[in-house]
Amino acid sequence: MAGIVSYGAYIPIYRLSRELIWLTWGGMPLSGEKAVANFDEDSVTMAVEAGNNCLAGINRDEVDGLFLASTSTPYKEKQCANLVAEALDLKRSTRTADFTNSLRSGTIAMRAALDAIAAGSAKKVLVVAADCRLGHPSTENEQAFGDGAAAVLLGDTDVVASIDGSHTHYDDIMDLWRLDSDTFVRSWEDRFIVTHGYLENTQEAVKDLLEKHGLAPADFSKAVLYAYNGRRHSQLAKKLNFDTQTQLQDSMFSTIGNTGSAYTLMMLVAALEDAKAGEKILVANYGDGADAFILTTTEGIEKAKGRRGIKYHLPSKIPLPNYDKYLRYRGLIHGYVRFENESSATISWRDRRWNINCRGGKCLVCGNINFPPQRICMYCQSKDQFEDIRLAERRAKLFTYSNDFLGPSLDSPIILCILDFDEGGRFYAQMTDRDPDKVQDGMPVELTFRWMHSERGIRNYYWKCRPLREA
Amino acid sequence: MESIKDKVAIVGMGCSKFGERWDRSAWDLVVEATYEAFEDAGVGPNDIQAAWSGTLGFAGGQSLSYPLKLDYIPIVRVENLCGTGLETIRGATYALIAKAYDLVLCVGFEKTKDRGVGGLGSGEPMGGVHPVFGIQGTPPGRYALAATKYFAMYGAEKKHLAMISVKSHFNGARNPKAHLRREITVEQALSAPIIAWPLGLFDCCGVTDGAAAAILCRTEDAPKFRKDYITVKALGNASGPGCGKMVTDYDWVHWEETYRATQQVYEQAGIKDPRKEIDIVECHDCFSIAELMCYEAMGFCERGTAKNDIEAGTFALEGEVAFNAGGGLKSFGHPVGASGVREVYEIYKQIQGKAEEPSRQLKNVELGMAHNQGGHPGTFMCSMGIFGVPGR
Repeated sequence: MAGIVSYGAYIPIYRLSRELIWLTWGGMPLSGEKAVANFDEDSVTMAVEAGNNCLAGINRDEVDGLFLASTSTPYKEKQCANLVAEALDLKRSTRTADFTNSLRSGTIAMRAALDAIAAGSAKKVLVVAADCRLGHPSTENEQAFGDGAAAVLLGDTDVVASIDGSHTHYDDIMDLWRLDSDTFVRSWEDRFIVTHGYLENTQEAVKDLLEKHGLAPADFSKAVLYAYNGRRHSQLAKKLNFDTQTQLQDSMFSTIGNTGSAYTLMMLVAALEDAKAGEKILVANYGDGADAFILTTTEGIEKAKGRRGIKYHLPSKIPLPNYDKYLRYRGLIHGYVRFENESSATISWRDRRWNINCRGGKCLVCGNINFPPQRICMYCQSKDQFEDIRLAERRAKLFTYSNDFLGPSLDSPIILCILDFDEGGRFYAQMTDRDPDKVQDGMPVELTFRWMHSERGIRNYYWKCRPLREA
Repeated sequence: MESIKDKVAIVGMGCSKFGERWDRSAWDLVVEATYEAFEDAGVGPNDIQAAWSGTLGFAGGQSLSYPLKLDYIPIVRVENLCGTGLETIRGATYALIAKAYDLVLCVGFEKTKDRGVGGLGSGEPMGGVHPVFGIQGTPPGRYALAATKYFAMYGAEKKHLAMISVKSHFNGARNPKAHLRREITVEQALSAPIIAWPLGLFDCCGVTDGAAAAILCRTEDAPKFRKDYITVKALGNASGPGCGKMVTDYDWVHWEETYRATQQVYEQAGIKDPRKEIDIVECHDCFSIAELMCYEAMGFCERGTAKNDIEAGTFALEGEVAFNAGGGLKSFGHPVGASGVREVYEIYKQIQGKAEEPSRQLKNVELGMAHNQGGHPGTFMCSMGIFGVPGR
């Protein structure tokens, strides 16, 4: 039986209290806070984080497909799943696809993956959903939308949760939409779209699925339901006869917000983290129709625990001190850029194995790691005697650093770092997701995939370091 | 390998006023410095048989032949990052020793203030800057990587850097050709805005326009031009493999390239005890930490002990060895191609007893050392030279 083999999630470290938005705009405040991607993050980088967390300890050569689900990929023409696959170190024959344009794209991608597995054309497919959407400043959408990512590895062996049944239907309604030229998501009056969009569609999917399988709400330990917002989420659960106290999976609406196409899968990851073997979980996702799935956890669920998902990221956070910083991180106010950094499609292409895949060269003669990769070993001058080594998952310690206030950055100062990997090799990088006052020699750091700068429409991705996240 | 010591002499030098020369072009600066050198040597443009043009900003031999209207003579433009100026002298010296020419001209210059933005830029080579690897920090940010490590390892503090800057500003205030000509206090240096922690505004050199020129011949011909010529004792260059920020065996608390180039010039000039033998050092103090680590790399003190000598005033104008008596890059800024030749100009004038202001003139200067290092800490090239009275 096909199902979920592994899972992972990612929540950016920054949170914006909705009160800070209210202080600027007034209006109707929602409670809680929302997760905000750092200035150097986007849907691609968050997808890499979640994907990497999902694949920790798993042989990546077994992954046959990578489906990226997002409504906010940086490129509208040019695939992004291939970029995520390269950063995740997936084999070249991996089939990649972007599933876009729908808030339901995460579960649409899941269904496509399950079909491929059922057809026998793929053994394991990684589905990663990530979103970083913008609500128009001053609107409820701005308060509601949060940033995050989730990943599930699907396959038909060693599953931690089998997928026993599913339902899909489409619907056409102008509830939320965004044109190619729009920065912000548009929406119609919520009383209309909640009633005829969200509530009707999701109920239809769940009811059909339960009927088809002869199950009742009481048969499920958890119901993972897409949440329009916190209040409507409870309303939906009640209409479906799920106990909001015991059965309804927390929407995290007041802690991370609505993370778009990643949202339902993030809730699913949270549910799997708490699940015991033999439990039934209902998953229902909404957007341009609805998808629903019945999952049953297996004995394997215990072994999957401890990987980086919701529990790991949720309590680890840095509050944004003000609304201005949020606007800056999301590129909604622009500082003066003293000089433009350079893009070069040719250099980026030539160097993709170390820029994106993070591979250094291990000298076969002296054993030292060269990064960036060299022709002549930096240590013993041997020529062309290297083995490719991926460094992205290796831990390092800060050897020295500086706080560079002069360099152009959306988050000055640039923390310029020299790192030494615990297993050997040195890395030159900026530090992100950090408090400049807490940077010190010898601190443990890890690598994280980010975008460095953007020019001529080219988003230049590379690896930075960050302090280990802690609650 | 034959010694070059004392084989070539400098018989004339010139130096433009350094500063934000908004009303002067690069060509104006070249003319200003070169004609002072012509006058100093008592020669004219038609006496020059070959020339070396040191600049990052302008390509080709025309960068000298055009502003100076030189007469179809061989000219090559030299670029070697911050060592560019000294490299013109190295090229000219070897050509004279080879007897390819008898009288040659070296000009280093840079026009940094026509870009519309502050700073020196990244000095982008034609091959382009790497889109993600090469652009992660600025020059002060890169030097600060060494400063934080040095502090942590040897217990020096920001005040030691401040004392270096105070010393250089003191000297520069006594030099009419310097860009920044005011004294500062340690308190001012410590309370200045941070550029890249721990480097504040006064730990960084300025961005400046300037030019300097030298006229050279073989030593046997030098008395034809003047009595108080100086000779080239040694010229060194050490270009590191460029891996300091990538290899684990670089410690970030010493300048290996400067150490290596120092060994070359000490051997050529026969220096055994630099602290006793060398009277004046014009060193590449683009940032205060650069000068601090040069004290150690050049063997004026043991590694990790520079702070003791800074506190003792060893490298002040009246100290044991005057470092940057002219004011250094701290006071002159760093018009890249000009800096090395400008350093030699200070040594030349000090040896001749012609420092413009008596309060800067040192007594009995016989041997001086010029130094430039360029690139990213750990991945430098370094150019050095020793110059002095003949026979010393």
